[in-house]
Amino acid sequence: MSEHISSLKLYIGIWLALLAGTLLTVIAAGIDLGPFNAVVALTIATIKATLVVLFFMHVKYAHEKMTKVVLISAIFWLAILLALSMADYATRLWT
Amino acid sequence: MRNSSVAAANHEAHENPALLHHFATEEQQKDAASLGMWVFLATEIMFFGGMFCAYLVYRYWYFGDFGAGSQSLSVGLGGTNTAVLICSSLTVALAVRAAQLDQRKTLVICLVLTMLLGLMFLGIKGVEYHDKFVEHHVPGPSFHFPGHIPSHPDVPINQQHAQIFFSLYFVMTGLHALHMIIGVGLFAVITFYAMRNRYGSHYYTPVEVAGLYWHFVDIVWIYLFPLLYLIDRHK
Repeated sequence: MSEHISSLKLYIGIWLALLAGTLLTVIAAGIDLGPFNAVVALTIATIKATLVVLFFMHVKYAHEKMTKVVLISAIFWLAILLALSMADYATRLWT
Repeated sequence: MRNSSVAAANHEAHENPALLHHFATEEQQKDAASLGMWVFLATEIMFFGGMFCAYLVYRYWYFGDFGAGSQSLSVGLGGTNTAVLICSSLTVALAVRAAQLDQRKTLVICLVLTMLLGLMFLGIKGVEYHDKFVEHHVPGPSFHFPGHIPSHPDVPINQQHAQIFFSLYFVMTGLHALHMIIGVGLFAVITFYAMRNRYGSHYYTPVEVAGLYWHFVDIVWIYLFPLLYLIDRHK
């Protein structure tokens, strides 16, 4: 996909960031933040996923623009699936 | 055979036999291969997305029972597995880099490490499943999950709702594990060819494409871990 060759330092840095994120999410889960526990956990997970996609999967350096189109479309479809389904189930008990 | 010789003649400089006749350049061929994997991953996002959606709906409905089910899982084992998968993602990324740099030996070492880490993940997952069977937390006639809902000592756990949690737990982690098994199989084949010096800076598409798949499976676990193991841990 890309002729770009990332440095060893970058890969190690991303790896350490991912491990730190895992530790952080375990620690954060032990603290009572009320409804924000889920928000914090999913935010950390999304940051970790973004790091993997951009650097390990080389999307940051992809010169094939279709890669980004496919990725963004997939996230958009997932958002439609989750948002519309939850909008349905969350409002069923409304009178 | 006539068709292929005509096609070959159409290429002015046909030095690389690996270049298929319907691609103009090697670069285009490589881009097409990884784009194909990205399209497959988009379908995988929808595949796992359906299960995440089911999880969200039932968590919303049976909030307390899901919290109780989540608390019965081992954060230590789940967290260790998260770290193991992250390490395997690093070794895959380093394998691709080694192929790009023509470091054949490093490539094989990284691929073998990836498979070992993948098998380690599956082993730890097996221990977790074993514990769940011993504890009778597997949905079915012998399901037994006594106790009360977190922060509500007066409300007993609803056995049906708890079984939905554990059904989702086994299906989501089970399908994730199936993806891991397929990934280890892919890397076994790639390691076989890597040992025969097939891959280098001139050609490393299988390493890269299998790597994309492996990173995707890692990302699924990055979401499964907090959703299944960490919710309501503080209560």
